[in-house]
Amino acid sequence: MTTDVFDTAVLRTELRLFRREPGALFWLLLFPTLLLVVLGSVPSFREADPSFGGLRPVDAYVPVAVLLGLTVGGLQGMPQVLTGYRERGILRRMSATPVRPAALLSAQMVVTGGAALLSALLALAVGRLGFGVTLPEQPLGYLLALLLAVLAALSLGALLSALSRTTKMAGAVGSAALFPAMFCAGVWLPVQAMPDLLAEIVGWTPFGAAAQALNEAAAGDWPGWSHLAVLVAWTALLTRSAARRFRWE
Amino acid sequence: MPVIEVTDLRKSYGGRPVVDGVSFAVEEGEIFGVLGPNGAGKTTTVECVEGLRVPDAGRVRVTGLDPVADHERVARVLGAQLQQSELQARLTVREALELYAAFYPKPADWRPLAERLGLAPMLGTRFGKLSGGQKQRLFIALALVGDPRVVVLDELTTGLDPRARRETWQLIEDIRAGGVTVLLVTHFMEEAQRLCDRIAVIDRGRVAALDTPAGLIRRSAGATVISFTPSAPLDDTDLRALPGLVSADVSAGRGDGRVTLSGTDETVNAVITLLARTRVTAHQLRVTDTTLDDAFLDLTEAPA
Repeated sequence: MTTDVFDTAVLRTELRLFRREPGALFWLLLFPTLLLVVLGSVPSFREADPSFGGLRPVDAYVPVAVLLGLTVGGLQGMPQVLTGYRERGILRRMSATPVRPAALLSAQMVVTGGAALLSALLALAVGRLGFGVTLPEQPLGYLLALLLAVLAALSLGALLSALSRTTKMAGAVGSAALFPAMFCAGVWLPVQAMPDLLAEIVGWTPFGAAAQALNEAAAGDWPGWSHLAVLVAWTALLTRSAARRFRWE
Repeated sequence: MPVIEVTDLRKSYGGRPVVDGVSFAVEEGEIFGVLGPNGAGKTTTVECVEGLRVPDAGRVRVTGLDPVADHERVARVLGAQLQQSELQARLTVREALELYAAFYPKPADWRPLAERLGLAPMLGTRFGKLSGGQKQRLFIALALVGDPRVVVLDELTTGLDPRARRETWQLIEDIRAGGVTVLLVTHFMEEAQRLCDRIAVIDRGRVAALDTPAGLIRRSAGATVISFTPSAPLDDTDLRALPGLVSADVSAGRGDGRVTLSGTDETVNAVITLLARTRVTAHQLRVTDTTLDDAFLDLTEAPA
């Protein structure tokens, strides 16, 4: 199947190439769960903690691990790949065929988004089986929040790809953006444990809003519309700027 | 109807005209050369033909279609090999051929194509591991895999060793023999002279000359070069008075007094008469045509 912005042959190729990148496979798919396992192995992380609202730290770290894969994929993986494709004339070469190079962009998004979802499922499964973390009690709300978080991460990645003219630049900008994004997602301090004001501020960022929406759904509530709206608004804003700034060569 | 028609094409970058009124037409079955010094506007011209750039003014048609407005239909009949483009490093030769074949509604069978281009032994090799010559052959294959009517080859042999270059020339002749029209961008005179039916010499964004290789050589002043070592020095005034003479050079510095003259057939006859009249013997007399190199230098200006 092929349309202006999508082509199955391109998607199949990108999927195949993704499987050949050991670095991407590790950081995107395994690292988040590995982090969860390491933290969960600390005995004190398996004891209920009042500063986590009565949850065990390991419970609070499952949503963090769920968000980590899409953060790494969106901010580090995809922009590096796409700027590389532009830098090395791969996008240009495809412009000279009946298929538009936009097909490469969409394929990268599907691959990165798919891998991020897989990474999230792995973290949930290992949390449940390894550390007895209860599965999200509002699964539909959880899935919705997760999908919106993936879209926000992909649109941020698209903007980074649009702004970076070289892979080197994409690497630098991606790393610079990765740390605040990981902070907001709660890697250093899960949002439940953040002071109220900090949690409030972080809630306006895409990954902070995603973390809070996931926590609400995990606890059995429907994720707050304000958090979902923050994710949608970021996605729309980032996609618009990315589409405006993106250069094919 | 010509396969490619370019009429009064103009394109500027940041106010600087790169292509400044280029016109030419490529007929079916031709190998048409675009020759010119670096920065003359050759690549920009063919990028407009490929639909990769939007002209500022002028008209470009490929099989009667506009490469920008009708991009998809043009891309189906035009195969391109671009200057400085790559593929994903971990993509194998086979996967690249399969992928690009999938882009076209009626692709050529890539297996015989790979065979013909000598890619058969490396179908499982990743792009990143290929040598420069192998990459170029893969790009020729990708330009042909859509079974195009016309291929555009941009500086195909740059960076190849002489053997690989000669093999590539044979390939280009084979492509044409298969009925495909070829638009060849090059800055190698030998390549243009050997392969092209007609050549457009582009200089500073304009067509400086458009002719067959032989025609370009004939048209340049001093098309014939006469050189010899005289048994006794010749009078300089006699040499300067030769009809049709364009330049005369006596290599006194080398001590043997070898004379090199460029001019026309008339000059050749006059030299022989002069030698007979003055009873001077010409040792190692050579009469040769100038090369396309000389014609090219004649047609294009030295950079300011």
